[in-house]
Amino acid sequence: MTEATAKPLVQVRGLKMHFPIHAGLFQRHVGDVKAVDDISLDILEGETLGLVGESGCGKSTAGRSVLRLYDITDGSIIIDGTDISSVDQDSLRGFRPRMQMIFQDPQASLNPRMTLADIIGEPLDEHERLSKGQRLGRIYELMDAVGLNREFANRYPHEFSGGQRQRIGIARALALNPKFIVCDEPIAALDVSIQAQVVNLLEDLQKQFGLTYLFISHDLSMIRHIATRVAVMYLGKIVELAPRDALYAEPKHPYTQALLSAVPEPDPAREADRKHIILTGDVPSPSNPPDGCNFCTRCPKVMDICRRIEPVFQELDPGRYAACHLFDTKNTTAEPTAGTRT
Amino acid sequence: MTVLDVKNLRTVFKTRQGEIHAVNSVSFDLKPGELLGVVGESGSGKSVTMMSLIGLVPSPPAIVDGGYVNFDGQDLLRTDQDRLRGVRGAKIGFIFQDPMTSLNPVFSIGFQLSEPLRNHMGMNKTAARKRAAELLDLVGIPDAARRLSDFPHQFSGGMRQRVMIAMALACDPKVLIADEPTTALDVTIQAQILELVKELRNKLGMAIIWITHDLGVIAGIADRVMVMYGGQVVEQAPVRELFENPQHPYTRALLQTIPSVRGTRTDKLRVIEGQPPILYAEPSACSFRDRCTHAFERCGIENPLRKTLTSGHDVACFWDPATGEARHD
Repeated sequence: MTEATAKPLVQVRGLKMHFPIHAGLFQRHVGDVKAVDDISLDILEGETLGLVGESGCGKSTAGRSVLRLYDITDGSIIIDGTDISSVDQDSLRGFRPRMQMIFQDPQASLNPRMTLADIIGEPLDEHERLSKGQRLGRIYELMDAVGLNREFANRYPHEFSGGQRQRIGIARALALNPKFIVCDEPIAALDVSIQAQVVNLLEDLQKQFGLTYLFISHDLSMIRHIATRVAVMYLGKIVELAPRDALYAEPKHPYTQALLSAVPEPDPAREADRKHIILTGDVPSPSNPPDGCNFCTRCPKVMDICRRIEPVFQELDPGRYAACHLFDTKNTTAEPTAGTRT
Repeated sequence: MTVLDVKNLRTVFKTRQGEIHAVNSVSFDLKPGELLGVVGESGSGKSVTMMSLIGLVPSPPAIVDGGYVNFDGQDLLRTDQDRLRGVRGAKIGFIFQDPMTSLNPVFSIGFQLSEPLRNHMGMNKTAARKRAAELLDLVGIPDAARRLSDFPHQFSGGMRQRVMIAMALACDPKVLIADEPTTALDVTIQAQILELVKELRNKLGMAIIWITHDLGVIAGIADRVMVMYGGQVVEQAPVRELFENPQHPYTRALLQTIPSVRGTRTDKLRVIEGQPPILYAEPSACSFRDRCTHAFERCGIENPLRKTLTSGHDVACFWDPATGEARHD
């Protein structure tokens, strides 16, 4: 998608995840929550694609759908050359070792009755046939990799702090040598001083094992630190996708501009001079999105056309994509891009 | 002239594992119309300090055992519950972190907003409802009069936090304590709330204590900042002074660990190694020493006291960043 040299490990085209709403006495199907509505993106081998957006924009659902933790409504997902979009869940088990997930809440994603060694060893029991000695050796190896003391192997999750629990979750995700890991807000529940520890660990592991990350977060400053490219989501759609530096230096989409402007600057002098873009109102409901552009109800640059026609996700400059009518004139003759299904 | 003067406040939790010293000799004051930012990690004692002031920590297990809190000519720590109830919600307003759980789901917004007005200000139902509508309007909720009969679930997160702010402002408090009021909100909504607070502050002129872990938020709104660690105040300074000339190694490290969306991007994040402490006894040494890169012998045998450097700037540390050596007493 960006550079012809790097090969995409993950290709997502026209992904839709709609959750049905049932209501009334007979629980009739009355509508859909369009959590993820037609997104397309590539994740290149060895890169970290940051996926940002506010709560409820569908970023977590997108991450889970890419790993087929849901049965998706529509679209195709190709991971490492295999199309997993319509494979049934049983056959998917065989692919699972290649793709793993790190969850947001390290408290809730670890079984409180299992010891650390059992938690990290569970994927090994499930997918590999190892002798007792080999299994323990592998567990120790993983604990070393994430910086957990080997003496902790027989302890239970409650004995650890939030940062350490997140390390356990990371060790478990690494157990089967995956190529692709979806990190769903892995640092959101941690304190600032601990966040940096976990982010640095994730970066070290990426270098060491050649991992590819889809890093989901609402923290724009952390995304700027860890991601190579960034996709911005709003109400189930990707509104902008660009290389990290370009996106932060010159955001194109009005929503990205407002989002970046809303992040407070830890510098009182600069914060006082800075012009803020304050959006009015709230995000519309994903079960009843507005006509035309999803952002038209809050956009400071809204035009007539935005309320009628949905903008196309198009390439503005090489590697830079946005879905906004502001860029229509100069791209009316643009070739079909990643936004259209191929 | 201060509206709130806190001296040597101490709070201890008695648990089965032993005593936990959550707040250790915290002293600070608040001037009228001032916005004091309180920064610290979870467990640093910032919320417990503020809850202790107005008798909101559950006792048992907590014991607020020392110091005094001078507010409006009375010591709040030695005031009986009935009179304290007259202070809470009336003269001291409180905004909690989570707007989702702080509102009662079975009462209408109008009823909940009228409650403090009827209890503290002695208004009748009609007058309270009228004032409630004014308050909702003040915090920027459109069509305020009609929305009074709505229930909390009909409001979005940002709107609920606006309602909480309206409720805290209901009786024209002299002091507003806001405990992480924007942490649960999205950045664009947070920006709206911060803008609202700045505006209300100019309009109403109350003093505000703003508790947060986000230094970015502090930079934008605070006049003065207090940094807490291990239940103690480790540094206190006017906001620009703190960001330009931080003295305590913890403050300095904290400022370096946070990545920014603007300015230069570092390749590797600075890390504060280790974990924040749990204090099972009153600190007899610096509680940051295990994580500090500048710690020396004295830090392990003596707890540094706060020392005034320049007017309004004090720090509890034996190390001097200007010289890179021990500070001269």
